[in-house]
Amino acid sequence: MSLSVPENKSDWDFVIQPGKGLFDLQLKELWRYRDLITLLVRRDFVSKFKQTILGPAWFVIQPLLSTIMFTIVFGNIAQLSTDGLPKMLFYLSGNVLWLYFSGCLTMCSTTFIDNAHLFGKVYFPRLVVPVSIVISQALTLALQFVFFLCFMGYFIFTGAEVRPNACILLFPILFLLMAGMSLGLGIIFSSLTTKYRDMRFLLDFGIRLLMFATTAIYPLSSIPEKYRLFILSNPMTPIIEAFRYGFMGQGSFSWAYLGYSAGFTVIVLLIGMVMFTRIERTFMDTV
Amino acid sequence: MTDLAIEAENLSKQYRLGLVGTGSLSHDINRWWAKFRGKPDPYLKVGETNDRSQSGTSEYVWALRDIHFEVKRGEVLGIIGRNGAGKSTLLKILSRVTAPTTGTVKVKGRIASLLEVGTGFHPELTGRENIYLNGAINGMTKAEVTRKLDEIVDFSGCERYIDTPVKRYSSGMIVRLGFAVAAHLEPEILIVDEVLAVGDAEFQKKCIGKMQDVAGRGRTVLFVSHNMSSITQLCKDGVVLSNGIIEVPKCNIKEAVNFYIKEYLTSGISSATYLDQWQTYTTEFSIESIMINNKSSGSVFLSENNGAIIIDFAVESPKKISVELELRLYDAKGDHIAFYSPGRFYNNYNEI
Repeated sequence: MSLSVPENKSDWDFVIQPGKGLFDLQLKELWRYRDLITLLVRRDFVSKFKQTILGPAWFVIQPLLSTIMFTIVFGNIAQLSTDGLPKMLFYLSGNVLWLYFSGCLTMCSTTFIDNAHLFGKVYFPRLVVPVSIVISQALTLALQFVFFLCFMGYFIFTGAEVRPNACILLFPILFLLMAGMSLGLGIIFSSLTTKYRDMRFLLDFGIRLLMFATTAIYPLSSIPEKYRLFILSNPMTPIIEAFRYGFMGQGSFSWAYLGYSAGFTVIVLLIGMVMFTRIERTFMDTV
Repeated sequence: MTDLAIEAENLSKQYRLGLVGTGSLSHDINRWWAKFRGKPDPYLKVGETNDRSQSGTSEYVWALRDIHFEVKRGEVLGIIGRNGAGKSTLLKILSRVTAPTTGTVKVKGRIASLLEVGTGFHPELTGRENIYLNGAINGMTKAEVTRKLDEIVDFSGCERYIDTPVKRYSSGMIVRLGFAVAAHLEPEILIVDEVLAVGDAEFQKKCIGKMQDVAGRGRTVLFVSHNMSSITQLCKDGVVLSNGIIEVPKCNIKEAVNFYIKEYLTSGISSATYLDQWQTYTTEFSIESIMINNKSSGSVFLSENNGAIIIDFAVESPKKISVELELRLYDAKGDHIAFYSPGRFYNNYNEI
C-alpha cells in the first residue's frame, strides 16, 4: 500500500494512491509496529509445541536425529572426510546452521499466501511477518546452539581435536548474514509467488538440492579444485566454514569468501525489500 | 479544509475476472511492454461497469469508477448498496488493504478498520494472549492493551474463559472478544463493515451503543450495513453506491435509505406497501385515512419511533356495524412477522 508524505504536512496524515517510489520501504512504520513483531514471535514460539509432552525439547531432537543419520550415512557408510573433527560435532554444526537458513527461507517465502486472509482484512506493514519469522527461528537456533555448545564441551573434555579460536567472535555477524540472506531470498520468493505459483515448486526442491551444494555435510578442503568455485558460489558455504573454523579450529576461513556472502546478503535484501513493498500494495487482488 | 478527515478523488479500482494462468500472463507482458515504452496501461481503457448479473465481453470490470467524496471530522457516514456495489472495495482501499487503480485518498488521523472481528486470532493461544495479538495487529501498542485489558475483558463478558485457548470458545464468544478489542481501539477514523450481524441480541445492542458512543465523541465513522434500521440509528448521513459509482451523493441518511428501499427492496413487492395506496374491498364501509406514526403518505421507518407503531385510521360507514380488527405485519420478503387481533369491537366503539 502506498503511503507518502503529503506536501503540506499539517493537512493530511497520509495519502493513499496507486504508485509510489521505488525505495519507499516504510522502515519507520515497521518500527512503530515492533510490539506486533514481538507478539508474533511469541505466538509462533508458544503455539508450535502446544499439546506436546516434550515441548521445546523437540527443537533439539530434530537436529540430533538428523545428525545421527548424517553420521551413519555420510560419515560411516560413505566415509566422507570431516577435516579430522568428531563426526557428530561436524554434522551437528552444519545441520543447525542449514536448518536455520532453510527454515527461515521456506517460511518467509509463503508470507503472502499463508497470510492472505489476515492481510485482506487489516493493514499493518506486511514486512512485520517475515521479520517475525526470522526472529522466532532465531530463538530455535539459540536453543540448538546451546545444545551444540554442550556437545562441544563434551568433546573438548574427552580430549578430541577441537580448538576454538578468536574467530568465534564472528558468530553474531555470521548469524546476521544468515538472517539477512534468508529474509531477503524469502521475501523475493514470496513476492514472486503471489500471482504465479510456479516458483514455489522451484523453491521446495531447490532448498533440498542446495544443501548438497554447501558444506553442511563435507568440508570445503575435501572438494576437488575444479568444483570448489561452484560450492563456494553458494553464499552459505563461507558462513558454515567460518563457523567451523571459529568454534572447532578446522575449516577454510577467508575474509574474501565472507565478503562475498555479505555482499550477496545486502543485494538480496535490497532487491527483496523493493519487490516486497511493491507487491504488497495490490497482492490481495491476485493472490 | 482542516475539517476534512477523508477526501477521495477520482478513485477507481479495476479487477480482472476469471482465472490466473497463461491468459493473464500475456496481459501482464503487454502491460510491462507498454510501461517499458512509457505508454499508459492498455487495460485501463477497457473494462465495464460492474454489474454482476449481466454477462459482459470484457475481462476487466470497474469495481469502483471515479468516486469522489469527502468526510468531515466527526461525521458518521453510512454506505448503502446492493451486493457487489463496491462498498467493500471502497472500505478495503480506505483501510489500505489494497491500493486503488487510479485516484487518491487523503486521510487525516489514525484509521482502524473492522472488516471482520477477531482477525488474526490464533486458536491455540488463550483469550488474554489473543487480546494482545489482535490489539497489536490493529495498531495498538502493548502498553495500550495492558491499560485497557480489564475494560476489554469486561466488555467481552468472557472473563471466565480468559485463560483458556480460544479454540475452546463458542463462535459467539470469539466474536464478543474480537469486538471487545475493536471497541477499545480509539482511532480517529473507524471503518466498520457489517460486523454487527453476529452475536446475540444483547451483544448487538451493546455494540451499537458502543459505536454511538464512539461517534458521539467526535470520531469519524464509516459504516457499511445491509441492516437499514441499525444504519439509520447510527449514521447521520449516507451515500448509495451502485455498480461502482455513487448513485446518491452524500445526503441525510433517511433520504439515502428511502431511495435505496424504493429502488431495490420494493421491486418485488406490490405497490400496496405505500401508505397512500390502500384499497377497500367492501361497500359496507369505507376507509377514510390511515396514519402510521403520524404519517399518511410515503413510507415510514419503524425504527424512528423506537420500534413503537401507532396506527390511526378513520372508517366511515352508512349504518352501525360491528368491526373486528386484525393486523398482520409482513417484512419486505413477504414473510409473516407479526399478528395482532384484539377481537370484536364493542358497539360503542364502532359507531362512527
